[in-house]
Amino acid sequence: MTRPLLKVAAIETLSPLVKRFRFEDPEGAPLPVFSGGAHVTVEMADGDVLRRNSYSLISDPNDGSGYEIAVRREDRGRGGSRYLHEAVAEGDLLAVSPPANLFALDLRARRHVLIAGGIGITPFLSQLRQLDRAGQPWELHYAVRSRAEAAGLALLPESAHVHLHVSEEGSRMDIGAILDGQPLGTHVYACGPEGLIAAVADQAARLGWPAAAVHSEAFAAPPPGEAFEVVLAASGRSVAVGPRQSLLEALEAAGAEIDSSCRGGACGRCETAVTACEGRILHHDHWLSEAERAAQTRIMPCMSRFKGARLELDL
Amino acid sequence: MPQTEFTPSIDSRPTYAALVPQGSAPALMVADAAGAAALADLASADAAVMDRAHVLLVGAPAAAADRIAALGPVSVHPAPDAEAALPLLAQLLSTARMGTQLYLAGGEGLIGQVAAQALAAGMAAGAIQAEHRGPVARRMQCVHCKGFTEEVETDPFTCAHCGLTLFVRDHFSRRLGAFQGVCVDAEAPGEIPETREIRP
Ligand code: FES
Repeated sequence: MTRPLLKVAAIETLSPLVKRFRFEDPEGAPLPVFSGGAHVTVEMADGDVLRRNSYSLISDPNDGSGYEIAVRREDRGRGGSRYLHEAVAEGDLLAVSPPANLFALDLRARRHVLIAGGIGITPFLSQLRQLDRAGQPWELHYAVRSRAEAAGLALLPESAHVHLHVSEEGSRMDIGAILDGQPLGTHVYACGPEGLIAAVADQAARLGWPAAAVHSEAFAAPPPGEAFEVVLAASGRSVAVGPRQSLLEALEAAGAEIDSSCRGGACGRCETAVTACEGRILHHDHWLSEAERAAQTRIMPCMSRFKGARLELDL
Repeated sequence: MPQTEFTPSIDSRPTYAALVPQGSAPALMVADAAGAAALADLASADAAVMDRAHVLLVGAPAAAADRIAALGPVSVHPAPDAEAALPLLAQLLSTARMGTQLYLAGGEGLIGQVAAQALAAGMAAGAIQAEHRGPVARRMQCVHCKGFTEEVETDPFTCAHCGLTLFVRDHFSRRLGAFQGVCVDAEAPGEIPETREIRP
């Protein structure tokens, strides 16, 4: 994948934990337009580790003058978001992948109900612009813990269709009530923590919604963990994975040929066969089935880690 | 009349299994005279299917309507034919909510037209079930003049609009709720294969 270098054109603080970054072509050339819900992968040279994190685009999908992302600082994460918050300044050049979309709107729907938890608001910011342009009806429900954390609020349009639910103020989101009584042809989209996505899926199923009308994107960042080693079956080479590095990042740094897109365990691109496993794979993805997890013969390197004596991958 | 067994065909040719009750979910049910029995079977499998059901009966005798009404649906709407039934259906669909199940039973023409209208109203394919009952006549669209011929029972058949002799294909349009009829003697005019009864 070619990852063109883009210039950090603007950085803005949206909330104590969230910053907005705007990327532009250094020569001012237009960038490819995208579709609502798309993400880009940003590459960061953090010391001697090359980090790549995927972030949803929040700017107008039809606007090729720049790409914008909103990054929540995760102090317990591997360090990618902290690096963006602390080490990146306006004018810097970063490698940014072309947009890819794993959370596209279903434009056959007659109505779109968007449900966001916390930083899960990001993909909806670009989707709203696409829906408005297409003249499609929508309603957005945005659940946050506190008003101070509602970073997305500043980026949302003034609209009677935007509903804010602040749990600290006692206005918790009632997903059953949101979904109950929606007209035929409604699709629901959920993005945020796993609990929220599971709750939306449960309520939709309880109300008899067909699975094809229920969409979600889990907001997962690879968790840090203990260091481990992995062996590449083809060459017998051993690769060390650091505590604040994902297995995928370590494999990429070692020059292994491996595909990826979401880098959050959702798209299935990085799925890799395990040729030997003495120990336990710590599966953190949303891709493999329970049975596949238990068999320990497949792994999603973007999210998952390992604990044990030997892990060998078909690479 | 028992449910229909279908001849193996191309994957896109819709086939219909028996209706499966989805509990007391809100429901729309549409059946013709033969299909009404399938609704009765459905209710005997789980009486709760009628709790929130609106039933539209097309060309069914009064006795059938009484039998369905006795199963306790919210309402029963009789209509003499599909043409009269479709505006009623449009009204029921316009007030239906997500989670509504559509149960269809009867001939292929009715199933095709109602399913097409429900999909156009935004209903998801996963919420639509259909069971074939009664004669295997098909609703056909002539690919040449685009006219529809209802209740086609033979292959080939004569287009009711342009008069071409048409071969009954298994290609089905979900949007139109009809099978395709294609000119059978285009290459060799007048060479028409023997007429047969169509199979399910
Ligand atoms: S990159 Fe998407 S699942 Fe790993």
